[in-house]
Amino acid sequence: MLSKRIIPCLDVRDGKLTKGIKFKGNVDIGDPVEIATFYYEEGADELVFYDITASSERRDIMIDTVRRVAEKIFIPFSVGGGIRTVEDMRRVLLAGAEKVSINSAAIRDPDLIHRGAEAFGSQAIVLGMDVKKVPPSEKTPSGYEMVIDGGRTSVGLDAFAWAIEGERLGAGEICLNSIDADGTQQGYELPLTKLIASNVAIPVIASGGAGSIEHILDVLTQGVADAALVASITHYGTYTIRQIKSFLYDKGIKVRMTW
Amino acid sequence: MIAIIDYEAGNLTSVQRALAHLGKPSVITGDLWEVMQAERVIFPGVGAAGKAMEGLKKRELDQALLMSYQQGKPILGICLGTQIVMDWSEENNTSCLGLIKGKVLRFPEDEVDGDGRKLKVPHMGWNQVQLRRKHSLFEGVPPESEFYFVHAYYPAPENPVSVLGETCYGINFASVLYSRNMIAVQFHPEKSGRPGLKILSNFCAWNGKEHAE
Repeated sequence: MLSKRIIPCLDVRDGKLTKGIKFKGNVDIGDPVEIATFYYEEGADELVFYDITASSERRDIMIDTVRRVAEKIFIPFSVGGGIRTVEDMRRVLLAGAEKVSINSAAIRDPDLIHRGAEAFGSQAIVLGMDVKKVPPSEKTPSGYEMVIDGGRTSVGLDAFAWAIEGERLGAGEICLNSIDADGTQQGYELPLTKLIASNVAIPVIASGGAGSIEHILDVLTQGVADAALVASITHYGTYTIRQIKSFLYDKGIKVRMTW
Repeated sequence: MIAIIDYEAGNLTSVQRALAHLGKPSVITGDLWEVMQAERVIFPGVGAAGKAMEGLKKRELDQALLMSYQQGKPILGICLGTQIVMDWSEENNTSCLGLIKGKVLRFPEDEVDGDGRKLKVPHMGWNQVQLRRKHSLFEGVPPESEFYFVHAYYPAPENPVSVLGETCYGINFASVLYSRNMIAVQFHPEKSGRPGLKILSNFCAWNGKEHAE
């Protein structure tokens, strides 16, 4: 059987981590390559890099970062942020990423999912979804709406319908981020995760809200997610990846314990 | 020198980077003679079987592989490379190389997991390999190790002697195949952390002669 995956997410701007990661005696490390290596050694099953570099001319820095990461870690990793064309995807994949994640660009141009899957295979295309809870309406019957620009802009698109459409267009995986839960450390948005994960045939990575080890267990069981994205909970040393996995393992969840 | 066969089937640089990390020089090549001269051959691939076979034939790389196999050169198939060595694939109804007798089939869509959830196809993520026989390729690899898989089709060899390892995903399928000087793994050793690197490093040391027990 497949193992449930624990995936640290790293935000990168201009080739540096936006928040330094504290580990080994609270030393602040800002180099994404060093942190990627650290998480690789620690047993992360995969990594997600989210590039929030504002200007497109500085994008080459990210490509160089991807290349350096790929020389050091031998597990899959994905790169998201600022990918708008098949050519953008090609550059990131050739630099050594296993997958690319597209979010706003896919909403603006849904066929980009299809073109990406045609060119590189569905397994390389992750549909990133930023979702906000709204009162159910005609436009958003599921009560969840797609948002872009880091949650600032609503697009009047139902999240459930978009997940189904993304899968149909050829996405190989969904990274599902709850804007409401993100940063709260109060737990993942379980009803949303369950709604999407039990209605698509592609894996769903739950994102946003992990504050305790139990939250991760809940999203993998009640939320039926295939993987859990973690950030603050591991970045600030609250738990190590091994502690999270040992806890899950003791609860009967199949996780990768040897690396 | 290790030749990584390039037949325009996916990104091969990750295999090369993993070998470089192990200090093993390699060349990514679609040239028949370069493959013939190589000391050992890695046959990776991501993509569809039909297009892959076309790509191989166009460059006569199917011949290069058959000859390398005849010469007794150590060969490692990875992912799609593992499927292409079989007789036939259900994917695009493709006639393949026929180095190992059997078919390549698509995962059934109606299998369910322990919790009654429908199994997702492709099989993507970390899973284990139960070794049926001993082989130096897996020497020093802890038995509970997991490997990274991404595939919708799986090899179904006719002869159980060709099966070195099996993986369970709804059904048990052959995830490691073996025939003489060729070993083929359905997972990606280059993306499977330390156990995967160990397999690549064992392959680099394998003389292609010693048999499975």
